[in-house]
Amino acid sequence: MSAPVPGHALAQGTPLAAPRPGSGRTGRWLALASRHRVALTLAFLVVFPWVAPYQALAVNILVLGLYALGFNLLFGYTGLLSFGHAAFLGGGAYGCGIAIVHYGLHPVLALVAGTLLATFIAAAMGVLAIRTRGIYFAMTTLALSMCVYYAFYRAEAFTGGENGLRGINVPVLTLPGFLLDLLDPVVKYYAVLAVVGGAVWLFSRLLSSPFGAALKAIRENEGRAQACGYDVRRMKLVAFVISGALCGLAGALQAIHLSIVPIETMHYATSGQAVMMALLGGMGTFFGPFIGAATFSLLQDGLSTLTSHWQLFVGAIFIAFVLFLPLGIWGEVLARLRRAGW
Amino acid sequence: MTTGFDRRRLLQGSAAASALALAAPALVRSAAAQGGPIKIGFPVPLTGAFGAEANDQVRAAQLAVREFNEAGGFQGRQAELLVRDDKINPGEAASRTLELIEKDKVNFLVGGLSAAVTLSINNVARERGVIYNSISQSDAINEAKDFGRFTFHEALNPHMTAGAVGRYVFPKSGKRVAFLSADYAYGHEMMRGFKRAGEASGIEVVADIRHPIGASDYSAFLPRIAALKPDVLCLCNFGRDQVVSIQQATEFGLKRNTKLVAPVLLFTSRKAGGEAFDGVIGGTSYYWRLEDTVPSAKAFNDKFRAAYNGAVPSDYGALGYAGVRSVLEGVKAAGSVETDRVVAAMEGLKADFYKGPQSFRKCDHQLVQSVLIVESKSKGMKTPDDVFTILGTEGPDERFLRGCDELGHKA
Amino acid sequence: MTDLSLGGFPLDLLALQLVTGIALGAIYVLVGIGLSLIFGLMNVVNFAHGAFFMVGAYVGVFLYGYTGSFWLSLVAAPLAMGLLGLAVERVLVRPLYGRGIDDPLLLTFGLSYCMVESVRIAFGLTGLPFGAPPDLRGAVDLGIGYFPLYRLFLIAFSLTVVGALWLFIERTSFGLVIRAGARDPQIVQVLGIEISKVWLAVFGLGCALAGLAGILAAPLQGVTPEMGIPVLAEAFVVTVVGGMGSLAGAVLAGLLVGIVVAMTSLVAPDMTKMAIFALMALVLLVRPRGLLGRAGALG
Repeated sequence: MSAPVPGHALAQGTPLAAPRPGSGRTGRWLALASRHRVALTLAFLVVFPWVAPYQALAVNILVLGLYALGFNLLFGYTGLLSFGHAAFLGGGAYGCGIAIVHYGLHPVLALVAGTLLATFIAAAMGVLAIRTRGIYFAMTTLALSMCVYYAFYRAEAFTGGENGLRGINVPVLTLPGFLLDLLDPVVKYYAVLAVVGGAVWLFSRLLSSPFGAALKAIRENEGRAQACGYDVRRMKLVAFVISGALCGLAGALQAIHLSIVPIETMHYATSGQAVMMALLGGMGTFFGPFIGAATFSLLQDGLSTLTSHWQLFVGAIFIAFVLFLPLGIWGEVLARLRRAGW
Repeated sequence: MTTGFDRRRLLQGSAAASALALAAPALVRSAAAQGGPIKIGFPVPLTGAFGAEANDQVRAAQLAVREFNEAGGFQGRQAELLVRDDKINPGEAASRTLELIEKDKVNFLVGGLSAAVTLSINNVARERGVIYNSISQSDAINEAKDFGRFTFHEALNPHMTAGAVGRYVFPKSGKRVAFLSADYAYGHEMMRGFKRAGEASGIEVVADIRHPIGASDYSAFLPRIAALKPDVLCLCNFGRDQVVSIQQATEFGLKRNTKLVAPVLLFTSRKAGGEAFDGVIGGTSYYWRLEDTVPSAKAFNDKFRAAYNGAVPSDYGALGYAGVRSVLEGVKAAGSVETDRVVAAMEGLKADFYKGPQSFRKCDHQLVQSVLIVESKSKGMKTPDDVFTILGTEGPDERFLRGCDELGHKA
Repeated sequence: MTDLSLGGFPLDLLALQLVTGIALGAIYVLVGIGLSLIFGLMNVVNFAHGAFFMVGAYVGVFLYGYTGSFWLSLVAAPLAMGLLGLAVERVLVRPLYGRGIDDPLLLTFGLSYCMVESVRIAFGLTGLPFGAPPDLRGAVDLGIGYFPLYRLFLIAFSLTVVGALWLFIERTSFGLVIRAGARDPQIVQVLGIEISKVWLAVFGLGCALAGLAGILAAPLQGVTPEMGIPVLAEAFVVTVVGGMGSLAGAVLAGLLVGIVVAMTSLVAPDMTKMAIFALMALVLLVRPRGLLGRAGALG
């Protein structure tokens, strides 16, 4: 009897998970869908608020989907497991919120400010963390993100500390030529979608670029990628920073959506949430993060309305997923379709 | 294709928006006001460390709603309580508040059980012109920065509670005072309340130590405090932090020379902490033994006992009852569910729901009410719920609140 | 009090603070060892470790209510958690071997939710009060000041457990297999030893240690369903600082973390929580494998 060695995939530089559903022989329909992945993703997101239980939740899912997407660039596509992404979500949220509350910046500029702050935090954390590998990388990002958490916690004059940052009120968004009433939840959803859609498009372009190919090469075999002449460490750092920027944009949108930034946004539990959403949806799949974010939020929301012991069921569902759907929901769907010859 | 649709939606929205941009809160309000039941959104942390308190808040709030409906409601309209779990997370609370306002179209909001959560609900509600009666302790919610015309604060604030406890304790127990405070706004607010009260009795602060919120061990702070042998140790923390810090202070033998004082002595914390709480003095908004002296407390307890198998309401539970009643009495007094009228009616409300006279101060809508000073005990208890002795009551008086100008409200 | 002082603090107080730190560290050591063993040998990040700590405390407190014997609880809590750990490994974790590090992580995360919620259903949302057993109450004069007797007992007891564990791993044949398994599981298998049995045992042992730490910590703070959450983070810090899979590393790191917490509490009390994460970041950046980590199974 020989049991396989647990968890050694990571140590040997092979992919974190079992064969990825996106790879291998792909049928005609899936190839077509893959070519139009941005349009298909957006089509889903355009319809989504009309099936979601309520619009505010739909906006949450949109934002969390972008957060999981950014995380997935690093985790699913580059093979780096980070436990520190809450620092970027929070950095984006605080950056945007502080720009509006303390400096009265236009919301669009505040989005930029938030994304920039997150990018800066990601660069600083990345330079340090990228020196480590595997589980040590995960732990380093966790520790550094908690240092960022406490720094923001203590900067009470700017961040509101434990009470959180309040007053990010953007009732009306003034754009050249027209006004958007952001107090109308439907308008707010599509305004956020416009930004998320842009980010999804950029993300897709990035994956199709030579840089995207290099990241996948690093994930498959870091040593070989190095031998092929890639500057692996630099590539990883760039991926880390872009991933942080995407998560920062998600955070900035969240700040405007909720009109507050809770300090919990930066806590490592929020980093864990990104991992969970990416795994639930299907890591390394384009659409998976949105499915993961939707499943995560809908499960919590639906179950917590039914029973105050919802955590028992959420926990059991996680266990069932790991045991029976290790590719994640979207990963499993893709795998089945491929098997069926689509 | 898809993006075209997206854009059309946006433009549609924007056309409506340009017309309604400034009138939006009014629109939301009138949509909520038409016919049907009077809906009260009630976000509280059913799950998480304060689940026990939150469940009690819900039970008491439901009592207030039932009472209102059995008395015939308002112009034939019944009240309805929409409970939501905020998971003690401000982000979740903001989402749930949005749901309650946008989807459920609630007329009023009552709830909250942590400063951060209550401020979050408040920010969402005031932007949309919905009355929110907070039942969670916070000083910040009184301040002009967070206050909105639609904000009411049914709970005590840390300044009032700590102040009342300080005024009671310092003259009796001594002037050398040490502080062990949770290092966040709420902890600082309690400490400020104590220090203000202490100025009058001329206390000497021998130590001012701030611990991180949610610390699981306080032993590292205690030898230093023990060495100073203060007359009074003020524990400016809350919930679990309070339980553990009191237990460990007892373990380190601080009670030998020092009186332990906690500004907000929770009924549930005392039950979780057991006899380690013996002799600890603190403040509370409500304790069920108030029924011995106050008739409205007796009436409230009896209704609660009848509804819930003889259980007695906790302090935070009672606030759930009072919070909902204030709003519903406001509706009756206003003769309308229209927000502006209810605001005006609540401002003029002089009531005695469960603990004696209470009324909202005009400038910050803080409820002026009594503070009970209680001492924890574990001997000579009449029932297992008989955990405190009421040492005194500081009657409702605006003097004990921070002044309106100090809070930034213009006269 | 003496006149000697250092940095504005009397030496007596500093010494007392050091003892406090060691007592704190004793708990960190026990939870850290369990996590580190499982981590180092199986590469399983046990996110339910804090939940085992909490359930162990509940089991112990519950039994104490019936028997009135703290000693019995000290045996029963780790035993119960050990058995639960065996069941969890056999039924839930084993199917995941070979799948990578994230699957066990997600699974144990879900498991921790289930365990916490089950305890809430069984014992209520509010915690149970619990103090030191009567024989161990009170404070002792150490010459530098009074110190709670129970915390002295905690130091001595943990020291004994760690000693026994060290003997078990270094001096028994099963311990030899564990050490070999940590270095190279494939070789162990080639030698005809069923490594899966070793993993089963190690997982059970790690969970038992978490349960023991739980009941030992109960008299310090009472028990609540949430008590395991901060412990998990602290155990991670200990594991990382000490070096994953290293027994001596966990002991050293646990004590170090305890002392750092105690000393920060004195100098900058509001920084205590940040201090342990700063320590972790520092160690990871300067010495990524931890203080006593070595190149073993983790490559």
